[in-house]
Amino acid sequence: MEDSMRGKAHKYGKNVDTDVIIPGKYCNIIDPVELGKHALEGLDPEYTAKMKTGDIIVADTNFGCGSSREVAPIAIKGSGTSAVIAKSFARIFYRNALNIGLPIFESEAAVDGIANGDEIEVRPATGTIVNHTKGEQYQAAEFPPFMRSLIDAGGLVPYVEKRLAQAKG
Amino acid sequence: MGMTLTEKILARHSGQDRVEPGQIINAKVDLVLANELSAAVAIGVMRGIKGADRVFDSSRIALVEDHFVPAKDAQSAKLAKLMKDFAIEQNIEHFFDVGRGGIEHVVLPEEGLIAPGELIVGGDSHTCTYGAFGAFATGMGSTDIAAAFVLGEVWLKVPGSIKLVYNGNLGHMVYAKDLMLRTVGELGIDGATYRAIEYHGTTVDELSITGRITMANMAIEAGAKNGIFHADAKTIAYVKERTSRNFVVEGADADAVYERVVTIDVDSLEPQVACPHTPDNVHPISEVAADNVNVDQVFIGSCTNGYIEDLRVVAKILEGKKIASNLRVIVNPGSQKVWMQAAQEGILTTLAGAGCVVNTPGCGACFGGHMGTLGDGERAISTTNRNYVGRMGSPKAEVFLASPATCAASALTGKITDPRVLELAGV
Repeated sequence: MEDSMRGKAHKYGKNVDTDVIIPGKYCNIIDPVELGKHALEGLDPEYTAKMKTGDIIVADTNFGCGSSREVAPIAIKGSGTSAVIAKSFARIFYRNALNIGLPIFESEAAVDGIANGDEIEVRPATGTIVNHTKGEQYQAAEFPPFMRSLIDAGGLVPYVEKRLAQAKG
Repeated sequence: MGMTLTEKILARHSGQDRVEPGQIINAKVDLVLANELSAAVAIGVMRGIKGADRVFDSSRIALVEDHFVPAKDAQSAKLAKLMKDFAIEQNIEHFFDVGRGGIEHVVLPEEGLIAPGELIVGGDSHTCTYGAFGAFATGMGSTDIAAAFVLGEVWLKVPGSIKLVYNGNLGHMVYAKDLMLRTVGELGIDGATYRAIEYHGTTVDELSITGRITMANMAIEAGAKNGIFHADAKTIAYVKERTSRNFVVEGADADAVYERVVTIDVDSLEPQVACPHTPDNVHPISEVAADNVNVDQVFIGSCTNGYIEDLRVVAKILEGKKIASNLRVIVNPGSQKVWMQAAQEGILTTLAGAGCVVNTPGCGACFGGHMGTLGDGERAISTTNRNYVGRMGSPKAEVFLASPATCAASALTGKITDPRVLELAGV
């Protein structure tokens, strides 16, 4: 994961569900770039046309509610979106985002402070969110220690590999 | 201080005397489930894990072809084949191809793969359905499922529990679906996020297994990690008919600690409808029907309401009648076994005779995949569990969620209809 990412904010409301993040009809696609072409299509069909690589989705509460489809965060990442900032995330989406390496930030202050189109920089290692347009800085909620250790280890796959190696002695 | 039912199961599966909300645990899983969509991604992840050549136990994995099957197109066929090849390669005991299974959550209990006290994770958000049997069951994404395939364990944060207490008797033509829609309306779609829902009360004690399945199925619609009932004599009889393996029936302690207790009075409850575009936008049928809401499609089926008991209710309402003109009614029995039972009881003939089309078991229509997709400007009433924008197809379509009885009544009139009023009118 990069040290920092920077892009324009695209702001949406609460309860952005997985059916609008990647509509069911695309769930038979596995390729991240192909999926990325349809990211947020059910909510904002213009999203992939207007966004540039590095841009950031900013949303209210309960982002990613609904289905367990891992292709939801994969589509967002595949579109070139660098991160999602929300007041809160739905449970399965939260796990999935961490597992596939889509940086997510939980911060009420950031969501309230950021306007659509603001230039935003995020630093996953520290949870820092910088609003260059407004000259403000926000701090995302810290990840619980176990999740931080998973992230620092490079995700769930290296964790599983370590467990397997231990089991084989 | 005692433990909730969820905490009891999580403690035993993580080898501890007790666990507390917020604690991170490693828990052993009794069964890992995937369908061809979640499996395709999970298998790809598993192939990338060094040292992970085999699944942890080929008898503890269930793979069900159900989302885009019979294959909608070549791409869907590729995913179905990918999972089938994996099942053969890994010698997966519980692999259900088209014609041998149906919708995963209908199939697994039918096949005796779910028992009280067990811990099940699945690559589908409606895995929480198995809470109907007193099991802890939760949905996860494909990477977590790949890890569970290999380790036979998952990491979990112990959820705090919300106790829901239902008192009173269900009125005529009021069903478990109405109870659960009312519940989701009450809690809100993020009202139980990161929480366990524990169902209590005299009303749910009286519910059939199917009714409990319908309610546990929609726990995720309030954002819950799992929804769970206590296993009782009905549960044990159902499970023992289908499996001979041993299981441990757990129960919440009398002094268990709940984050919230919500009491729902059932006596005055009328049939409920979730209006577009969230499952918590719930209103009583009298309000919704008063608006004269015409529909283009009625859908009956899914892991929420695709059971024989549901089809019997629908057949009773449609028997000897014709569905409204300018309307299509699509029925998906939830599994091959439900389909065969419905055939034997003459239900399929009744439904086809009324003008319904009876499809093969599967998830297609519910998530806008295939076999019942809505077009721009169309409106459906459906027995499924979600009605987000674009859920059943076009983002310009509308989906109303209701019970099989309300959907069947609406099929006769072509508009959203109170099944009790229809009956009184003798239509």
